[in-house]
Amino acid sequence: MTQECECSFPVEGERFDQAGKVSVEVKKALRKVGVPDDILRRAAIATYESEVNIISYAVHGTVNLQVTGDHIVLDIQDIGPGIDNIEQAMEQGYSTANDRIREMGFGAGMGLFNIKNCSDTFEISSEQGKGTHLRILINR
Amino acid sequence: MTLREIADLLDAKVLVGGDHLDIEVKTAFSADLMSDVLAFAKPGSIMITGLTNPQIVRIASIVDNSAILVVRGKIPPEETLALAEELDIPVLSTRYILFETSGRLYANGIVGCVRKIEGPESVVPL
Repeated sequence: MTQECECSFPVEGERFDQAGKVSVEVKKALRKVGVPDDILRRAAIATYESEVNIISYAVHGTVNLQVTGDHIVLDIQDIGPGIDNIEQAMEQGYSTANDRIREMGFGAGMGLFNIKNCSDTFEISSEQGKGTHLRILINR
Repeated sequence: MTLREIADLLDAKVLVGGDHLDIEVKTAFSADLMSDVLAFAKPGSIMITGLTNPQIVRIASIVDNSAILVVRGKIPPEETLALAEELDIPVLSTRYILFETSGRLYANGIVGCVRKIEGPESVVPL
């Protein structure tokens, strides 16, 4: 029988020192319930990019992980400025990152593109001045 | 190549993971852009980078890099090394530049994680 789990992790804006912590936790949680390596890798990569986005642009956010028998669902919401033009933000190479983000090795406009590539189903919605919501579904 | 052979070849200091030098490495990914490491690095590969912040360790843990090789003579700060100890990822540092490091490893049989990027070309706007 495949095991299930549900957990939630907070992510604080501007805490660049914390980037990647939630992804490491997500990976551990998925490994614990027996998700195969290649699948949990994709989930962890999508989480990493999402975390960096929240830290770089939002005030704070939450990564909700839900694992059912068939799927891994990452529901990621933030409170922040939102995305003005989602289509443009999804383009590989489009970025509004500042130097601090770039010094860390991010901000080259690969984030949302990478997240989509790791997902089987990817949904994004955003409201300017309120925040952004990602729903990443990966088949188990 | 083993990590020990890599360290010898590149005159590298082993900063973390001195007891893991028998790990066999076949592939590598060189980048200063961590998003590209997330996108393209394969499990078991060695990450070659000029960055030194703790992110390199967390990324290595996510993509299952076998080790991190820091180039251009940089020594990562204590925070990065402590995290590498915690997550059990060897860290080496060489004075060779990224190009030289990659070339020397390639000449000794290490190949890239991917040869080239497939799919549509990305036109990167300014």
